Amino acid sequence: MAHQSDLIEQDILAYLKSQEEKSLLRFITCGSVDDGKSTLIGRLLWDSKMVFEDQLATLESDSLKVGTQGGAIDYALLLDGLQAEREQGITIDVAYRYFSTDKRKFIVADTPGHEQYTRNMVTGASTAQVAVILVDARKGLLTQTRRHSFLVSLVGIKQIVLAINKMDLIDFDEERFQSILADYRLFAADLGFSSIAAIPISALNGDNIIEPSANTPWYQGPPLLNYLETVQLEDDARQQPFRLPIQWVNRPHLDFRGFCGTVAAGTIRPGDELQVASSGKTSRVSRIVTMDGDLPEAVAGQAVTLTLTDEIDISRGDLLTGIGATPLHTRHPEAHLVWMSDEPLQIGQLYLVKSAAAVTPGRVTRVEYVVDVNTLEQKQAPTLGLNGIGVVRLELDRPISLDPYRENRATGSFILIDRFTNATVAAGMVIAIAPLELREKQITPEPEGTDAVGNRIITLSGAATSGPGVSLVDLTRQWGTLEFQLSPGFMEHLGKGNRILFRLRDLGQLPAVAQLAYEQALSFEFDRTADAVSILLFKRDTALQPRSYDDDGTGI
Amino acid sequence: MSSISGKAMTHLQQLEAESIHILREVVAEFANPVMLYSVGKDSAVMLHLARKAFYPAPPPFPLMHVDTTWKFREMIRFRDRMVAECGLKLIVHVNEEGVQRGITPFTHGSALYTDVMKTEGLKQALDIYKFDAAFGGARRDEEKSRAKERIFSFRSANHRWDPKNQRPELWNLYNTRIRPGESIRVFPISNWTELDVWQYIHLEKIPIVPLYYAAVRPVVERDGMLIMVDDERLELKPGETVEYKSVRFRTLGCYPLTGAVESTADTLPAIIQEMLLTRTSERQGRLIDHDQAGSMEKKKQEGYF
Ligand SMILES: Nc1nc2c(ncn2[C@@H]2O[C@H](COP(=O)(O)OP(=O)(O)OP(=O)(O)O)[C@@H](O)[C@H]2O)c(=O)[nH]1
Ligand SMILES: [Mg+2]
Repeated sequence: MAHQSDLIEQDILAYLKSQEEKSLLRFITCGSVDDGKSTLIGRLLWDSKMVFEDQLATLESDSLKVGTQGGAIDYALLLDGLQAEREQGITIDVAYRYFSTDKRKFIVADTPGHEQYTRNMVTGASTAQVAVILVDARKGLLTQTRRHSFLVSLVGIKQIVLAINKMDLIDFDEERFQSILADYRLFAADLGFSSIAAIPISALNGDNIIEPSANTPWYQGPPLLNYLETVQLEDDARQQPFRLPIQWVNRPHLDFRGFCGTVAAGTIRPGDELQVASSGKTSRVSRIVTMDGDLPEAVAGQAVTLTLTDEIDISRGDLLTGIGATPLHTRHPEAHLVWMSDEPLQIGQLYLVKSAAAVTPGRVTRVEYVVDVNTLEQKQAPTLGLNGIGVVRLELDRPISLDPYRENRATGSFILIDRFTNATVAAGMVIAIAPLELREKQITPEPEGTDAVGNRIITLSGAATSGPGVSLVDLTRQWGTLEFQLSPGFMEHLGKGNRILFRLRDLGQLPAVAQLAYEQALSFEFDRTADAVSILLFKRDTALQPRSYDDDGTGI
Repeated sequence: MSSISGKAMTHLQQLEAESIHILREVVAEFANPVMLYSVGKDSAVMLHLARKAFYPAPPPFPLMHVDTTWKFREMIRFRDRMVAECGLKLIVHVNEEGVQRGITPFTHGSALYTDVMKTEGLKQALDIYKFDAAFGGARRDEEKSRAKERIFSFRSANHRWDPKNQRPELWNLYNTRIRPGESIRVFPISNWTELDVWQYIHLEKIPIVPLYYAAVRPVVERDGMLIMVDDERLELKPGETVEYKSVRFRTLGCYPLTGAVESTADTLPAIIQEMLLTRTSERQGRLIDHDQAGSMEKKKQEGYF
């Protein structure tokens, strides 16, 4: 850390003051296998004097033992910290490194190029503001270059560095550089990047990383570090409508009810009017409470505690918004999905959907299309496999408040969790509310007399359950023991993948539904929330691969 | 750390907000969280952030200190004072089995000692109290395998970390789902650097153990490190003499395994100045990291914090 060492030595307080004002930039390196991502960051850390003496000694001995440079320093070993990575000479998981210059602080996520580890690349990309996409000058654009570029654009990164690497191996040939850049611009035309800065580099030798290289007199642009120090961040989150996803309600005693969360967009001051997205109820901000005293305002990015002037019902998962800028509040979002599990997406199966603070069971009802990462073409496909990217429709068990991802990364993102393995299986980015045809249809049946033993008979007809998706059969106003009678179209209806959601009055109605499931060989899922007991009845799709579930205690 | 209208948040304000978000998420999602409090500067920052996250309530979880019985006496005094001041519950756990078997850093070597008194002790405590989430003050900039670890780091029922199969961690949406017996280690200050921690301590006036400041202390030179003679259990080997030197510690742990650095830095700015001008990393003062290559990853896999 030799930067500004004079100031550190002469006036440490002045130095500390200057550090307080620094901005923070989060970026990633990505691109295809072996294009030199880890080497680049290793070299950057090295050249900006961020490597300590004891780490240098370790690096030297590691380079001898497991390096790829015939004993010379292998900078990638500063990043590839896992034993398995060092043995194989590849990156498996994302490494986070930290460095600073006089102008900025940086958090860099060095991501793996291997397709197998795409989920780890997305992990790094999801919190980054700028992406450095590497290309091996000898190889040009590869499938992984395109996949990573598409993922970078999906997660909303707009500013790209195209680092054309290993220029030392092609004699710093300008023509080759220009032709790769032209290929890339053509490919990326529809990816919505606001800027692409192409830099010819040698990660190994340090060309155009910190200092302009004498080997590329034809290149007029800045070296990489200079670009990173000066790139303007397009961050207008404060000007957007106010959004606060409620994480936690702080109730230390009866006289204090604080709503905690991280402001996702906008600015708020005491007195401002707010609305709860789910209920439409409104109130005003009373105080913005912190341990260091109340604040006059809070802005996007801050983790705050608000108190309101009225006692309205707000809990974890609710979204507080400004007046007149309502978010989507829906059970049926349409979204981009990046699939991250070895086991493919099972249409119709229940997953847990987690968005900013809200968690609800939900399912994917349909894959609209998948994207071919090489051509960016949309294709029809029944499901998404590992690393598949597509647009899907979801159906959530209860409505949650969201924004389109392109408007707000914090309130427009979600993850899918497998309820049985607890694995994070997908990253989702909301596009809009899905078209109407998939909404639920509600039926309130009337009993048609009683049977011999006094059970009240309820007929479930094909007509009552027409229309695709889920129909809701409301039994909350039925009394006595029930028995179901099926009309002819009923089983056919379920056979097409449609489902019936029974809303129960109490547990006494459960045996009748269970009996129905037993007789017709159907499956059901039981759910109890604060205000409802419900059972979802469906026919398992036998065409899907059977899977073995460990018991997770939910009894399903 | 309040933000001034119109100005972008500084990097420390951003780090603080991220940490508070993480702390709240754990409290909202887990039934029985605990904060592993090691009494060092990183724990001091973590505790301070927890107080901010839940203010005006105290942090709604206990602190737990896995005591090896070989901590600096000043650390124990400081710990008890902080707990009393913050009105928090403290659980102190000692691996009694290890104590009875007479495991000490001198008799059994640092690797076995650390394994029994720290790793085993921690696992015992987590099992006894059935904690489903444990906050730790580890930072990614400390060590190369930590640089790879998630903020919400899944542990199997045997407390094992599987570095090759970590859950994706997207945006700030943390997957907190576990089965009975499994747990999550949560690192709220993952993204802080050593300098960030010191700067924050400086700005927020966070109290830290006095051992971080230089003072004249009794030390012996052993295996190239300056070891402080903190109590009578440290027996001098032939040729060793106790010297009085002005020293301080960059990290704190068990006194027989923690090397002091010669220094006259007795104020926070002086400490930070010294840190910025040295060319070695803070972990160099920790004997346990030097035992073997990749040792931290191995220890972490086995359940070390
Ligand atoms: N000649 C030359 N070799 C390079 C350059 N950059 C990287 N290499 C070498 O290319 C190989 C791969 O480098 P890495 O940095 O591990 O590549 P990576 O992109 O991180 O690979 P993954 O993370 O596994 O996808 C190593 O042997 C590097 O030494 C360069 O600019 N010039
Ligand atoms: Mg790599």
